[in-house]
Amino acid sequence: MRFDKTEISLAAVAIACVLFGFVSPGWLIFLMTIAFAKALVVQGVVMQMRSGLVSFGQGLFYCIGGYTVGMGGQFFGIHDAIAALALGVLVAIVVAMILGLLLTRYRDIFFAMLSLAFSMILFGILVKSQSLGSTDGFNVHNWTVFGWAPEVGAGSQQTVFTMTVLSGLVIAVLIHRYTKAGIGVICEAIRENEVRVEYLGLSPRWVLYGNYVAAASVSALGGGLTALATGHVDPEMAYWTTSGEFIFIALLGGLGHVAAPFIAAIVFSVVRTYAIEFVPHTWQMILGFTLLGVIVFLPKGLWSLVSREKSGERA
Amino acid sequence: MTNILETRSLNKEFGAVIAAKDLNVKVAKGEIVGVIGSNGAGKTTFINMVTGYLKPTRGEILFNGKSILGHSPRAITRAGMARSFQVAQLFPEMSVIDNLVVALAAAESPRPSFLSPLRSDARIARAEEILTEFGVVNYRNSTVTAVPQGARKLVDIAMALIGNPQMLLLDEPTSGVSMDEKTGLMDTVMNAVRQHGVTVLFVEHDMDVVERYVSRVLAFYSGEIIADGKPSAVLADERVRDLVTGHRPTQKKGNGAS
Ligand SMILES: Nc1ncnc2c1ncn2[C@@H]1O[C@H](COP(=O)(O)OP(=O)(O)O)[C@@H](O)[C@H]1O
Ligand SMILES: [Mg+2]
Repeated sequence: MRFDKTEISLAAVAIACVLFGFVSPGWLIFLMTIAFAKALVVQGVVMQMRSGLVSFGQGLFYCIGGYTVGMGGQFFGIHDAIAALALGVLVAIVVAMILGLLLTRYRDIFFAMLSLAFSMILFGILVKSQSLGSTDGFNVHNWTVFGWAPEVGAGSQQTVFTMTVLSGLVIAVLIHRYTKAGIGVICEAIRENEVRVEYLGLSPRWVLYGNYVAAASVSALGGGLTALATGHVDPEMAYWTTSGEFIFIALLGGLGHVAAPFIAAIVFSVVRTYAIEFVPHTWQMILGFTLLGVIVFLPKGLWSLVSREKSGERA
Repeated sequence: MTNILETRSLNKEFGAVIAAKDLNVKVAKGEIVGVIGSNGAGKTTFINMVTGYLKPTRGEILFNGKSILGHSPRAITRAGMARSFQVAQLFPEMSVIDNLVVALAAAESPRPSFLSPLRSDARIARAEEILTEFGVVNYRNSTVTAVPQGARKLVDIAMALIGNPQMLLLDEPTSGVSMDEKTGLMDTVMNAVRQHGVTVLFVEHDMDVVERYVSRVLAFYSGEIIADGKPSAVLADERVRDLVTGHRPTQKKGNGAS
C-alpha cells in the first residue's frame, strides 16, 4: 500500500499526539480525547455535507455508538473496549441501512428535519427507559483492551486517548481516500447536479445510501470513544442541540480537508471551555459570535486559513 | 427490428397545456433526424419523455422493440440511449476534465468504488483524448463556470457519448452559441457521432444547420407533429412555412434560447 503526502502528515501528527499524551496534564488529555472523538462524529456530518445533505440528527449515531458501548459492558459482559466499539459501529450500520432506505428519498430541509426526527425518537425512547437510567443515563463499566485492564483514572484516560488518536488516524486516511474515490467524487457530483448523475446511468439514491451508512459508522465510532472517555452515557447524546454542535464544528472546519474537523473540534472545545469559565452565563453567545465570524470571514471554514496561499496562487 | 425508437400515441398534458399530442415517431437505426419547431412546441418535452425524465400522460415508448415506459433516466441511459441538454448539464464547480472522468467512471460501473481513486491515469488520459476530439482540450483544467457556452455544450455532448450509446438525443446543441461557431460545433459533434455509428435525433432552430446534416425532419407545432419527411419536402410544406419556419413576414419570430 502506498501513502501520499497527506496520509504521511496525518500519521506524523498522530504519533506526535500520542507522545504528547504521555507528558501532558490529565485535563488536557481529556479535552483532546473528547475533541477528537467528536471530530469523528463531525466527519460523518461532513461526508454528508459533501453530497449536499445536512444531517441535523447525527447525534443519533453518536448516541448509538455510546449506548452500545455502555450497554455492552453493563448488560452483556462485553468488557473489551475494541469489541464494544466494533459492536457500536455494527449496530449503527444496521440502523443506518434501515433508515437510509427512507432518508435517501429526501433532500435539503426535508432530509435535515427527518434525520432530526429519528434522533429525537431515540432520545424519547431513552428518556422513557427506566432500566437505562432515563434522563440520567448510566455509567460505563470498567473495560479492558486485549485482556489488559488499565488502571481506573489516569491510566484509562491515557489509553482512550491513544485509541482515539489511532482510530482517528485510520479513519482520516480512509476518508481521505474515500473522498477521492468514485463514491466521494460522485457525492460531490450529486451536490452539483443530480440530474446529470442520473443521466450518466448512476443512481444518486444508492450512492447517497452508501454514503449515509458509511457516515453513520464513523459517527458511531466517535460516540463509542466518547463513552469510554467520559465513562458515562445519557440521552442528551441524541438530543438536537448535540447534533447542532456537530454541524457547528463542521462549519467551523469546512469541507476543504480531512484534518479540518479535528482542528475545528479542538478550537471548539477550547473556546467553549474558556467561555464557560470566564463568562458562564453567556458562553453560547460567544459560540454564536464565533460562528458568525467564521461564516462572514471564512465561509469555507478554518481550513481556508491553511489553504489560502495555495488557492491564491491559482486564482 | 429496424426501428431503434418508436413512440405510439404519446401524450403529455401539463394541466391545460397539451405539450405532446398523439406523437407517433419511428426512428430507424443509423438515421440522423432533425426536429424543428418554435419555442414551446413540445420538442424538449418529447426528449424528456423518451429518456424517462417525464412520465407521459398516455402512450407507449419502445427502444429496440422493448417498452421503456416508466423506466428511470439511468436505466434508459444504461440501455443505450443518451441525451444532451438545451442548457448544458455539467458539474459546475468541477474542472472540465473531472466532469469527463466522472462520466468515464460511471460508464465503467454503476457501483462507484469506495477506496480506489476516481482520477486514475487511464481515465485522465482517455478524458484528454475525448476533449481533444471535441476541440476543447485547452479548457481541461478550467472550472466549468469559467468556460464559454459553446465549449460547455460540447462537453455536455461528449459526456453523453462516453457510455457508447446506440442513440443520442441532442436538445438544441447550438443554442447559446454564436452564428459563426454553429457549423464548427455541429461538424465536431457529427464527426464524433459518425465514428460511433450512433443514431441521432437533434433539435435545431437553424434550417441551414438542419439541412446540412439530416436525412429527415420532424416539424413540431403545439405538441403535434405537423410534418415528417425529407428536409426539402418538410421545409416546403405550407403549414411548416406558416407555423414553424415563419417565412411569412407576420409569423417571423426571434428564436430565443429557452
Ligand atoms: N415541467 C413543465 N410544467 C409545465 N409546463 C411545461 C413543463 N415543461 C414544458 N411545459 C410546457 O409544455 C410546452 C412545451 O414545452 P417544451 O417541450 O419545453 O417546448 P420546446 O422545447 O419545443 O421549446 C410549453 O407550453 C411549456 O410551457
Ligand atoms: Mg426546448
